[in-house]
Amino acid sequence: MFDLTGKTALVTGASGGIGAAIARALHAQGATVALSGTRVDALEKLAGEIGSRTHVLACNLGDKDAVEKLVPAAEAAMGQLDILVNNAGLTRDGLFLRMKDDDWDQVIAVNLTATFRLSRAAVKNMMRRRWGRIVSITSIVGVTGNPGQGNYAASKAGMIGMSKSLAAEVAARGITVNCVAPGFIESPMTDALNEKQKEAILTQVPAGKLGQGADVAAAVVYLASAEAQYVTGQTVHVNGGMAMI
Amino acid sequence: MSDVAERVKKIVVEHLGVESDKVVDSANFIEDLGADSLDTVELVMAFEEEFGVEIPDDAAETIVTVGDAVKFLEKATAA
Repeated sequence: MFDLTGKTALVTGASGGIGAAIARALHAQGATVALSGTRVDALEKLAGEIGSRTHVLACNLGDKDAVEKLVPAAEAAMGQLDILVNNAGLTRDGLFLRMKDDDWDQVIAVNLTATFRLSRAAVKNMMRRRWGRIVSITSIVGVTGNPGQGNYAASKAGMIGMSKSLAAEVAARGITVNCVAPGFIESPMTDALNEKQKEAILTQVPAGKLGQGADVAAAVVYLASAEAQYVTGQTVHVNGGMAMI
Repeated sequence: MSDVAERVKKIVVEHLGVESDKVVDSANFIEDLGADSLDTVELVMAFEEEFGVEIPDDAAETIVTVGDAVKFLEKATAA
């Protein structure tokens, strides 16, 4: 089940905790993986750890020209692109009343506009080959909202609506487009919280623990697989029961 | 039939899975040949690939029949 041997995948934001877990999981199922991000040393290190069938493609998703070149670079490196994982994202949190235009623009540009451009570029050749998987990592807050994250929540909700629209357009071409929405996942960000803060978070999570990058990656592997061919336009929530939608 | 017309018709037959005798100059991709809007985008992409030309969006919108495509591509490849 879920064998990805011979498939090629591009993972953006691969130097982050969830991105690295996704890259490892796709690779473990047999895929060739292109790792993209801004921190080249971290990507090289990850590529070294994973081993064969990896490529490092540096890209700043805030840079329009760089975004346009990423999918062609992945296709050149791996011969074709079967699986696109839009994982990269950033936060610029702040209360709505005080939110700067720049903080809004930057979050929308990287999280939503770059996802649009990469998906548009990738789907072109997927349509020719009548096979493709696009999986975008959104967030629980894109569905529930979250104080202090008006920009981030908007970008993540935008990814969900965009994915559904694209899914409907390309479904008859053997291409699926889905989202995975993590809740609280253990990361350098949650490591920085003190015990009291962690406890407060866990009161909202029926599973009683934080999720791991591997929990998110498993959902991505499923959606990327041949077995998930009849699942499209969906959002898979990986949140320990924090929100049941 | 010109060489361009033959290549265009071959692409249309392959992409839309229609009988070649239906692919006449006056055939409208959507109304006569059963294409949907994504099919027409795919056809334009296939024409671009086959003839090594770029078809801008505003030009693509004017290509609604087989004859339109042949005419456009004859002009584009003659240049």
